[in-house]
Amino acid sequence: MTSVDPRIANLDRGAALPRKNGELVFKAPWEGRAFGMAVVLNEKGAYAWDEFRARLVEEIAEGSPEYYESWLSAFESLLIDQGVMSVDELGRRASEYASLERDPVF
Amino acid sequence: MTKHDHHEQGDHGHHPEAPSDLEARTLALESLLIEKGLLTSEDVDRIISAYEHDIGPMIGARVVAHAWVDPDYRARLLNDGPAAIRELGYDYPTSTGLTVLEITEKVHHMVVCTLCSCYPWAVLGLPPTWYKSAPYRSRAVSEPRLVLEEFGVALPADVSVNVWDSSSDLRYMVLPERPEGTGGWTEEQLASIVSRDCMIGVARPRVPAEANR
Repeated sequence: MTSVDPRIANLDRGAALPRKNGELVFKAPWEGRAFGMAVVLNEKGAYAWDEFRARLVEEIAEGSPEYYESWLSAFESLLIDQGVMSVDELGRRASEYASLERDPVF
Repeated sequence: MTKHDHHEQGDHGHHPEAPSDLEARTLALESLLIEKGLLTSEDVDRIISAYEHDIGPMIGARVVAHAWVDPDYRARLLNDGPAAIRELGYDYPTSTGLTVLEITEKVHHMVVCTLCSCYPWAVLGLPPTWYKSAPYRSRAVSEPRLVLEEFGVALPADVSVNVWDSSSDLRYMVLPERPEGTGGWTEEQLASIVSRDCMIGVARPRVPAEANR
């Protein structure tokens, strides 16, 4: 059995992951994907977990209504600032999905 | 919390209509990261699955480990499961009871939900797929010894088997026997050998072979 991941354990003081009786809860599949992507890229060494966590805390402090919306914004801003992708690239791709120009199954 | 677990997880499948803004942003991120060779969909699947399934039983495992090292706590746990779980700082819903079943040399316990998939997910995480299957739900009652054997738990004839049917109001968690060869282990080490299946009653905690070398 896996012990508690220290990355997750240190997400507290306002940045704690939503849980239902101790379990992580994803209300919609995209929340799970957003969660998984941020953890994977950290595992692969793209950034230190604290870099992500600091942005998440900031996003939450700005008062985004939903936890995973903050998570997504923090992840996007980190990738953009790191030069992994540009704002335009990301925006264009998102609108292609939103307008169904691009098939959401890949 | 809903009364039953079986409809809690919607199966959304494909998107017949346009994705929401948040969905579109997530799709954009994942597709771009894949194209750039930074991750694969399988990487993401693996993380989601690990967090949903493997880390799930951690609360139950810690409760069991604590009961193994502290006889007074063990007594409180058997007497009032939810209160003892809260005592360790975990949440336990007030709407559902939890009875903790102690395995002894002469009595084995296993848990099922014959009607659906009532499960103590507050302490064990998400139920495994087999727990929800029709064969397990019926055979756990009709031929528990055979089912246990299939899971790798062979019981001598003089050990009785109690099968407990979970309901929406009352859930069960099995307190397995502490295995030999774990003297001097820390609670964390002990918790690491208490699997989800041990707390459903279809497995025994196992001391890894290297620990005895």
